[in-house]
Amino acid sequence: MNKVSKDNFTQEKYKYGFVTDIESEKIPKGLNEDVIKLISKKKNEPEWMLEWRLSAFKRLENMSVPKWAKAEIDEIDFQDLYYYSSPKDFKEKPKSLEEVDPKLLETYEKLGIPLKEQKVLAGVAVDAVFDSVSVATTFKEKLNEIGVIFCPISEAIQKHPELVKKYIGSVIPVTDHFYATLNSAVFSDGSFVYIPKGVKCPMELSTYFRINASETGQFERTLIIADEGSYVSYLEGCTAPMRDENQLHAANVELVALDDAEIKYSTVQNWYPGDENGKGGIYNFVTKRGLCKGKNSKISWTQIETGSAITWKYPSCILRGDNSTGEFYSVAITNNYQQADTGTKMIHLGKNTKSRIISKGISAGKSSNTYRGLVSFHKKAKNAKNFTQCDSLLVGSECKANTIPLTENSSNSSSIEHEATTSKISDEQLFYCMQRGLDAEEAQSLIVNGFCKEVLQKLPMEFAVEAQKLVSISLEGSVG
Amino acid sequence: MLEIKNLNVTVEEKQILKNLNLNIGKGEVHAIMGPNGSGKSTIAHTLAGKPNYNVESGVVNLNGEDLLSKDPYERSLNGLFLAFQYPIELPGVTNASYLKQIVNAHRKSRKETPIDAGEFLKILKEKSKLLDIPMDMHSRFVNAGFSGGEKKKNEVLQMDLLNPSLVIMDETDSGLDVDALKTTADAINKLRNDERSFIIITHYLRLLEYIEPDYVHVFQNGSVIETGDKTLASRIDQEGYS
Repeated sequence: MNKVSKDNFTQEKYKYGFVTDIESEKIPKGLNEDVIKLISKKKNEPEWMLEWRLSAFKRLENMSVPKWAKAEIDEIDFQDLYYYSSPKDFKEKPKSLEEVDPKLLETYEKLGIPLKEQKVLAGVAVDAVFDSVSVATTFKEKLNEIGVIFCPISEAIQKHPELVKKYIGSVIPVTDHFYATLNSAVFSDGSFVYIPKGVKCPMELSTYFRINASETGQFERTLIIADEGSYVSYLEGCTAPMRDENQLHAANVELVALDDAEIKYSTVQNWYPGDENGKGGIYNFVTKRGLCKGKNSKISWTQIETGSAITWKYPSCILRGDNSTGEFYSVAITNNYQQADTGTKMIHLGKNTKSRIISKGISAGKSSNTYRGLVSFHKKAKNAKNFTQCDSLLVGSECKANTIPLTENSSNSSSIEHEATTSKISDEQLFYCMQRGLDAEEAQSLIVNGFCKEVLQKLPMEFAVEAQKLVSISLEGSVG
Repeated sequence: MLEIKNLNVTVEEKQILKNLNLNIGKGEVHAIMGPNGSGKSTIAHTLAGKPNYNVESGVVNLNGEDLLSKDPYERSLNGLFLAFQYPIELPGVTNASYLKQIVNAHRKSRKETPIDAGEFLKILKEKSKLLDIPMDMHSRFVNAGFSGGEKKKNEVLQMDLLNPSLVIMDETDSGLDVDALKTTADAINKLRNDERSFIIITHYLRLLEYIEPDYVHVFQNGSVIETGDKTLASRIDQEGYS
């Protein structure tokens, strides 16, 4: 385009790339039984939890890193990582916000997540996880009054062992695959949610994950259980400092929905994606799986993926209960040298189960963006239905988009509908908007937000506007 | 207010505009008529700054400022509006939010605060009425699935909202039935004033029967071959271009 070139725009720096100057306490580098025992001890865990971790570690010794993703991944030396890092002298989680280190409060303030209850977004409860520990959880007492448990998983292991024991590993078994099993062995903190029978959780619950320490992996574990007839909407957000090194984030998220329960899980992922030359950034290898255990249950995943150098995740639903529903709404944006291989699995086991997949991939720069999905109908999944729509939008001519939808069908009464499109932002569209006074970046952002609208609308209202801005920022510098 | 001097433009290495000269005064309405392929639309696209329209030589001044060195969006903010012959579709973008955003882009360049949602709705209602546009059109996606008439009316609506000093209408009459043509022309007539100049590019007389031009230019092979008043348009209509 005449007059509109890359040079006219300086890429807005990753806003959350700062480091909090706080002394951290790490346990020695390396992956071995002693490290696992030490993590367990730091968390004051009961014996059964340690044994569970060790059983995962035993499995891990015979497993290897999966290689099939459409991504170029530098080899990771698992012995050269810190598996646990917490702010120094952080023995026990502060009882109240007054006891929290002001530097931490300031960090979350800077991230746009004020933790003081009078300041927080009305109707949103936050659990703030800093490296390997949860530093604050808001509205805990208020939620407690109606029986909702919302706390760090380390606390749940001590206070609600019967629930944790029953459900942890029930959706993602310890033997699942390398990164999931690694997480089971070394996980540090994450959130635990239990919604009792018949309760519609009156607030959005959210966890905000922050990686701060260097050379440290974050292995969080989240477990959400929605008991019969309950409802919860949960949101996670993630950021990390800008560093030249690649940092590993390998989380496990398990959701369980019992009869007539509904879980809505949203992710706004904004990990540091690396610089414009592809240096640094987070390796985000995450296992997210939901089990629609009960009849008429529903699990809905919504994800806005803008961050991390490599994203490798497939939030999935196992539709075991009859008439259960699984949904996956995704916007994945890659720019510069980012690589994303993401999608979902919908495993239909029960009768009349339904699933819906809407995936919007946007690739810019020299990035690569792959949708990979599996829709599987088992023999007993009578009258199961799936609808899949995968749209790719290319910005520029050096990026790649792939769509790999797989289906397995052992049921003869089920139906699958699949639609896929690939399009480019046309020069005509950009020129039209610019003729009306929008500059090139505003024009592009308008068009891209239109492309993702269907998915952005699924986010809780409080976050939809933020997400729209994030979509625009992620593509800055890509008009050329 | 608009001066075009010795303008030469190539598109994909083919010369389309040849030594074009044109002067348009404040508040004047100029019609440019010509056969297909004569380069009429190239004038519109060049003035608006469309990529791949390469200005080889020549000068264009709008309100005393050099137009050609400006980005397309700056030309818009400086008061140039092009009503497209084929308005572009923007899937997923609702018309209302799009209209509001372009209005705000212009407000921002005048250092004004973004328009209040209620106030915008009021203005939108008022201006839509003038063009006989139903409000539910604004909850649809920009131009997507619009009829020919709806698209052209939407262009005129945008013009009204942005309040430009120079309006270029590229074949606005094409794709309009008689009723839509009348409504659109009536609206344009109402939007004529002493401060606003128009360039109306058209192949046919019919739009000029509703919008009376001050000048008519006959365009052929990339330059103006004849200039006259509105009677020239009628003569062309009867005798043809050759």
